[in-house]
Amino acid sequence: MIVTAGWYMGLAAILFAIGALGILIRRNALVMFMCVELMLNAVNLTLISAGRELGTLDGQVSVFFVLVVAAAEVVVGLAILVSVFRNRATASVDELAELSG
Amino acid sequence: MNAIIDSVWLVIALPLAGAVGLHFGGRRLGEPMAGYVATALIGAAFAVAAIAAVPFIQGGEQATHIMLWEWMPSLGANLEIQWDSLSALMTLIVTGVGTLIHLYSVGYMHGDERFHRFFVDLNLFAASMLTLVLAGNFAMLFLGWELVGLCSYLLVSFWYTRPSAAAAGKKAFIVNRIGDVGFMVGLMVVFASFGTLSYTGVLDRAGDVLSTGTATAVGLLFLVGAAGKSAQIPLYVWLPDAMEGPTPVSALIHAATMVTAGVYVIARSAPIYTLAPTAGMVVATVGALTAIWAASIAIAQNDIKKVLAYSTISQLGYMFIAVGIGAYTAAMFHLMTHAFFKGLLFLGSGSVIHAMDDEQDMRKLGGLFRAMPVTALTMLIGTLAISGIVPLAGFWSKDEILASAFGMGGYGYALWLVGLIAALLTAFYMTRQWVMVFLGESRWEDGVHPHESPRSMTVPLLVLAVLSLVGGLVNTPFRFTLEHFLAPAFEGISQIHPPEGWTSFLILAGLSLLAAVIGVASGYLVYRRPTESWARFQDQLGGLWTQWENAYNIDDLYGALLVAPGKRATEVAAFTFDTRVIDGAATGVAALVRRIGGAIQPLQSGFVRNYAALFLIGTVAVVAWLVIGVWF
Repeated sequence: MIVTAGWYMGLAAILFAIGALGILIRRNALVMFMCVELMLNAVNLTLISAGRELGTLDGQVSVFFVLVVAAAEVVVGLAILVSVFRNRATASVDELAELSG
Repeated sequence: MNAIIDSVWLVIALPLAGAVGLHFGGRRLGEPMAGYVATALIGAAFAVAAIAAVPFIQGGEQATHIMLWEWMPSLGANLEIQWDSLSALMTLIVTGVGTLIHLYSVGYMHGDERFHRFFVDLNLFAASMLTLVLAGNFAMLFLGWELVGLCSYLLVSFWYTRPSAAAAGKKAFIVNRIGDVGFMVGLMVVFASFGTLSYTGVLDRAGDVLSTGTATAVGLLFLVGAAGKSAQIPLYVWLPDAMEGPTPVSALIHAATMVTAGVYVIARSAPIYTLAPTAGMVVATVGALTAIWAASIAIAQNDIKKVLAYSTISQLGYMFIAVGIGAYTAAMFHLMTHAFFKGLLFLGSGSVIHAMDDEQDMRKLGGLFRAMPVTALTMLIGTLAISGIVPLAGFWSKDEILASAFGMGGYGYALWLVGLIAALLTAFYMTRQWVMVFLGESRWEDGVHPHESPRSMTVPLLVLAVLSLVGGLVNTPFRFTLEHFLAPAFEGISQIHPPEGWTSFLILAGLSLLAAVIGVASGYLVYRRPTESWARFQDQLGGLWTQWENAYNIDDLYGALLVAPGKRATEVAAFTFDTRVIDGAATGVAALVRRIGGAIQPLQSGFVRNYAALFLIGTVAVVAWLVIGVWF
């Protein structure tokens, strides 16, 4: 069996769906973070496989950007999370609903 | 000689310096020093003007132009002085009579807590009026025109704590504004036609540039402005109310100087009116109607100052007849003599009011001759002068106007007849006033001790009385001194003159004198008798008397026709349009935004997972739309 780009795309779609589903159904902010990372990396996978398929470097370059932004996002996000946990002793996003209109 | 003419700007600068200086230092100078300083400054202005006017007396001297500051040269709107015999005559009247009235005010305003403020305003008025008459272009004239309006407002409502005085000031200002609009539009037409506002650019070229239609339009628009400032029909209603101001103000502004500005403007614009005989006839008609209209009202007034106010309106009507028919010298002559005798009469009435603890109702005066002989005798001279008794000032000037109207022929005969009847009424009401105030039994209330006024007040009275006696002799059929004096200013204008020959002069003058004598005699005979017979006389006139006493209810008419609809419109604008439409639009938009916000508010649940789900749905929708777009 030859593993073609289509398989990678399929895998990426599955990983993205798992991530999205996780965000929708999990309450723990830390787990939601992990799901976000999962979705980001699913997108990375599509970029790399598309780049390889087309024979350009554009995909890989884009992935580097995504990785950098994701790293920065994790730093900020985790810092917020730690500070929320210190104050509220919970990481459940449903209890952090003060911004409701 | 040129040096003094070049420094004629001092005539404006001196009273202006007085106004500024007294504004800051007047309180420190105190009473009566502040008044004397103001008097000295306007007196100095008179001296400068008198010396600078000498070349005109020698005769033939042309206009001198002095550029003070190039303000807007492209419009011809600069601070520039035109010193010719016409502006010289006006300047001498304003500063001369002004000096006397300033001096008089020192005594009259004695004890007023805003003594120095009064002289600030008075000096400012003098500077403004001199700006008006010395201007070398219409822009500067308009500057002075508006400034005298402002000073009139300030001085009419000088005792602003009295609601009636505050209201009178507002009325004077607003009615004048109506006229000013007409004048301003007239100036715009002038500028559109000539491309400049300077006298030399406009008046010297009027014949080449203006068509008859444009000249008529300008003439009528100037008339609107002049009717406002000079209190002619239909804009005269502010002047009787303006009597709320202190009496020296009434004498200076509302008799001798400011109200004559309209006459001056028309005389100055003579080249334009020469091109528009129709406009001139309208001016003369307005003047004739005003003369007889106001004279009839003056007959039945009981307030000593109201009589004089309506008399002023009536006399200004004569001047309008003169400038309307093109007898400019006669108009300026009457303007001058009127400044003398009406200034005198107002100051005399002020002297009476001063002595009687502010009593102005002539029914409560009477028998004052013994108590204040100087005032009584000087006012008698003023009364006879305005009545037209030979050889006093008013006889010569009024007769020249009437004779000129007669000399014009045609429509002039009607103007002459109306003027003659008005002259009879004038003699009647002025004699009535003098007799009611100074003769008969004393009708004043207990506790009033009338006394002759202080010397600072009687000296101006005496000077003006002398001027009223002999002032008319400057332009008699025996010797036309004023005519020669003014001739260079009206060069190239064909003026209307009285008919030639001594016979016609004697007949016309005789008729005028007859009218005056009938008026004086009947006024004396009716009002010399006790009060009960006054009532009988008034009853004989019946409804007419009531009409006159209520000034034909013009104020009520204007109130119903103009003021009430204006108020109604304002109310609609303020309380209906503003609250419903303007505020409604604003609150309506706000309510709409609030509504929409309320409707979509539940979307902001505060649950991160909700947002994520919406985000996902949105993304999927956008992607799906793109994909479908690509495929189909």
